[in-house]
Amino acid sequence: MESFPVLLTILLAPVVAAVIMAFIPREEHMLIKCVAAAGTFVSMALSLYVYFAYDQSLGGLQFVQQVPWIKDLGVTFFLGVDGISLPMLLLTNLIGFSAVFASWNVNHRPRDFFILLCLLITGVMGTFVAQDLFIFLLFYEVVVIPIYILVIIWGSTKRVTKEYAGMKLTIYLLIGSAFLLVGVIALFMKTVAATGAPDMSFAGLARAARGLSDFDQIWLFALMLFGFGSLLSMWPFHSWSPDGYAGAPTAVSMIHAGVLKKIGGYGLIRIALYVLPVGAKFWAPVIAVLGVCGVAYAAMAALAQKDLKYIVGYSSVSHMGYVLLAVASLNVIGLNGAVANMFAHGIMAALFFSTIGFIYEKTHTRWIPDLGGLARQTPRLAVAFMLAAMASLGLPGLVSFVPEFTIFVASFKVYGGLAVVAIAGIIITALYALRAGANTLFGPPRPEYDSLKDIRGPELVPLAVLGTVLVVGGLLPFLIFDMVNSGIVPLMAEISGALKLGGSF
Amino acid sequence: MVEFALHHAWLVPLLPALAFVAIIFFTRPWPMLSALTAVAGIVGSFIVSALAAYGVFTNPAFKEEPLVYAVRWFSMPGLQIDVGVQLDPVSAMMIFMVSMVASLIFIYAIGYMKDDPGFSVFFSYVSLFAASMLLLAISSNLLEMFVAWELVGLCSYLLIGFYSHKIAAREAAKKAFITCRIADFGLLLGLLAMQIVFGTLNLVELSEKIANFEQYTTFGILTLIAVLVFIGPIGKSGQFPLHVWLPDAMEGPTPVSALIHAATMVVAGVYLVARTMFLFHEVPGAMELVAITGGFTALFAATIAITQREIKRILAYSTVSQIGYMMLALGVGSMTASLFHMWTHAFFKALMFLGAGSVLHALHHKADVWEMGGLIRKMPLTGWTFVIGGLAIAGIPPFAGFWSKDEILAVTLESGHYVLFVMAAFTAFLTAFYMWRLIFLTFFGEENPENHPHESPAVMTLPLVGLAILSTIGGLVGTPWAPYWSEWIFFGHPHHVEPNYWVMIGSVVLAAAGIYLAYQLYYVDKAKSRARALAQRYNHIYTILYNKYYIDEIYLWFNHTIVDGAAKLFYLFDIYVVDGIIVNGLGKLTCLLGEGIRVSNTGRLQNYALVFFLGVLAVVVLLAFTGPSAASLIVGGVK
Repeated sequence: MESFPVLLTILLAPVVAAVIMAFIPREEHMLIKCVAAAGTFVSMALSLYVYFAYDQSLGGLQFVQQVPWIKDLGVTFFLGVDGISLPMLLLTNLIGFSAVFASWNVNHRPRDFFILLCLLITGVMGTFVAQDLFIFLLFYEVVVIPIYILVIIWGSTKRVTKEYAGMKLTIYLLIGSAFLLVGVIALFMKTVAATGAPDMSFAGLARAARGLSDFDQIWLFALMLFGFGSLLSMWPFHSWSPDGYAGAPTAVSMIHAGVLKKIGGYGLIRIALYVLPVGAKFWAPVIAVLGVCGVAYAAMAALAQKDLKYIVGYSSVSHMGYVLLAVASLNVIGLNGAVANMFAHGIMAALFFSTIGFIYEKTHTRWIPDLGGLARQTPRLAVAFMLAAMASLGLPGLVSFVPEFTIFVASFKVYGGLAVVAIAGIIITALYALRAGANTLFGPPRPEYDSLKDIRGPELVPLAVLGTVLVVGGLLPFLIFDMVNSGIVPLMAEISGALKLGGSF
Repeated sequence: MVEFALHHAWLVPLLPALAFVAIIFFTRPWPMLSALTAVAGIVGSFIVSALAAYGVFTNPAFKEEPLVYAVRWFSMPGLQIDVGVQLDPVSAMMIFMVSMVASLIFIYAIGYMKDDPGFSVFFSYVSLFAASMLLLAISSNLLEMFVAWELVGLCSYLLIGFYSHKIAAREAAKKAFITCRIADFGLLLGLLAMQIVFGTLNLVELSEKIANFEQYTTFGILTLIAVLVFIGPIGKSGQFPLHVWLPDAMEGPTPVSALIHAATMVVAGVYLVARTMFLFHEVPGAMELVAITGGFTALFAATIAITQREIKRILAYSTVSQIGYMMLALGVGSMTASLFHMWTHAFFKALMFLGAGSVLHALHHKADVWEMGGLIRKMPLTGWTFVIGGLAIAGIPPFAGFWSKDEILAVTLESGHYVLFVMAAFTAFLTAFYMWRLIFLTFFGEENPENHPHESPAVMTLPLVGLAILSTIGGLVGTPWAPYWSEWIFFGHPHHVEPNYWVMIGSVVLAAAGIYLAYQLYYVDKAKSRARALAQRYNHIYTILYNKYYIDEIYLWFNHTIVDGAAKLFYLFDIYVVDGIIVNGLGKLTCLLGEGIRVSNTGRLQNYALVFFLGVLAVVVLLAFTGPSAASLIVGGVK
């Protein structure tokens, strides 16, 4: 298998599709959509293959591709996956493929739309397979451009204008990355000074950073925490999230809430924590408090919403609070839960946004008081909605329960009462998720929606793909956890070694 | 066969689960096929359960050592959860009882749900419901049990809200889910604490570790855990103060009410406490809490039941009250009596709910008992089986309820809880009264000319007859003279309660008094003027009882005023402070800075030269007055 560059193929398939689309006449809507679907399908199928072909007993980086690039900076084009990045890669592709079908009815400049969407998917994938910090940042910046254009052209204007939403989304992404960049450059300079040989790979940086003073680790970690944290919609840097999702078109909301913001959590674990464990330990209590604030605050705010997208927007802030709390517990169980919960939330949020997208497309409203009784007229849509809502409130048997349970175990152990506040979030979550479901789907059907057509044909793909993962992942949680665990255990082993050596706390 | 059933007991929940999947994906367009699939699933499950129960109850070794087999569900260093099956007398009894009653309910539903547009969907939901409940019963691990526990909650949500186009059904479903969620929050904390303290949630391992809990934790923590765990059953089993969802759950189709209230869902809480008796047993304070909650709820719900008018609501409050009895028995330390009452209650309460369904079916869903009357003439099978149920719940020998209720009263007295004993005895009187009030008003007296009742079809009446037979003889397994029940179902050591004839006679007298009072007020007095006069005279009490002590109103007010108000505050804070002042403020500031900088870019060379000069001056001053290290910091890039 070493000979065939699987990861590169996964990465380039959507790009190839985008290039092909560029040569298709712009009126050929159906052909364009099929090409986009084919491109993302290749990536999804291959990443499923990689997921199940990955040898967990061996662990470590597999499917590695390494091409030296900028020697002076120690940059190599270094791709590889381990137990932490593989679930994220799979998640990206599951959502990417579904997002194409969730956008099946986009008929305003579809060629441009799908080209940008494919580039966006590649950018996000790249951040998860890159094992070199420079490449990681490169892909991260690639993501920003399509997002901005997609929002301001295909977005929708509700409480805030789509221009405002796109601006806010982009500026937040850029501010985050600016802080990150400062942190990365400083880290790089420090490690070069320490070892003399430039090396931008995660492992190389981590090795070099063991020589840093505690103080350096702490302020470098702070920069990264702000960068990654604002991407993960860490309270109080979260306010881009509800507005941004509300303004964005369906596919962008799916990808953004589903995977893009997970780059923050992924980076926090795979880069910041891995490279700067002493800094992580110093900031852990702060992360925990911000995480819990996010859980409670955003859940309460979600309760007051009347626009469906805002509910899911705030809900995703709330769920990311659990991820932060889990990271802050700094133990194997918590980190397992953090990664698994990012996967679970990604699937759930993407299904939620695709469903809301269809509702909006058909009824032309997302305003809950104008909706009601849709379960009678569009039963399949109702199934998708309720699946997502139930996963959101952590129903056992669906994908998000076990990750939340592990997070609760880990954080209850470490933070006690603080964790109880976060756990209480499950009540508020149930309240807003069920209320949204009840007021949208149930109650007397409204005559004006009698002629609505239920989702069918290609529109069913998001429900089929994401719904299957939702149920299978919930019934067989070891499918996710064995993978994640094979990445977390070696990571923690290295970190705990470093913490004992450098730990002066 | 028996060996096969014992070692493949996972088939018990799996068969109905498969029926659920089959109906959803394949048979949904054909209603009858769907119903047959569901019935085949549950009957298959009943056969396996019966064989397994036979295997358990013929082998005394099961009293000492349960049969456990499990597979890994997920694991990581420091946390492993297995899912599996634990067969012992308690779980064998439970799956046998649940699958038997559920089978009868499923068959009944074929008739009751006929012509309903959601026929197939209904059978898929109830199959999932039965699967979840059976999984709960045979779980070998508390987290597995919690999964099933929540799935039961999901199914009840779906089924209560089955007629989801009705606002009442929608709201009732939501209320049930959220009330149980609040309780599950407590239960989940309890489970988490046990996982952290004892490192496992396997029932067998936990029971061993908790027996020596001093090695792991303090008594205080253990008490806290027990109390937290008990919050779950308070919600699920409709105990005060989280009972509010249960009467509203009547919005679902009647077979669902029977399924929720008789054999499944609500007794899940009792079952959970019984399953974790090793925990409660160590903590006397928690046991007292269980006993007091149960005793109080029993009386409290019975007082509400005497004033209600809707037939299913009366039965619902009766269920709350009867479950209070079960909790009381658990709390005074008799798992035997508690589960015995659960067993008999499953038969007579399912019987009465299905009977009520038959009445509603005949009267086209007119539910007020005051508008019924004389139905026994047109609906003899429904009427007489209901009477058997009424005798059983009132506690008239030799019907099933007599034996179990009598045992609860006896153990309460024996354990020295005199106040609770008096409350329980008074509840027995009230139970007989309100249940016979219902029977006299519904089935006897003059017929209401507006009604044109007819007996239900055989597919509905045959399950009624089956349940009536069980309600008659079901208690004979545990009479004081032939105590098979207590030899098998017990915690610790089998405990025989000596036949206490005073309690026995007393409870029969109380029951008879209750029935006689109802007979006088609602049968002899044709105009019911005395009953009305009583309600008039004690108008205040009557109003409070009729409005269920206004507890629903208080909760509703809290939810809509306090919770929603707080939510609104958070949201306003978010858009006006976080967003309005900080985020957009920073944005504005940046714009202003930009403006400022734009002004400074004057385009005049002299201005630039001046700034340049000042910069050089600053560097020179700095170099002159500080050490070389600071200088290298600034000009480092040049060097």
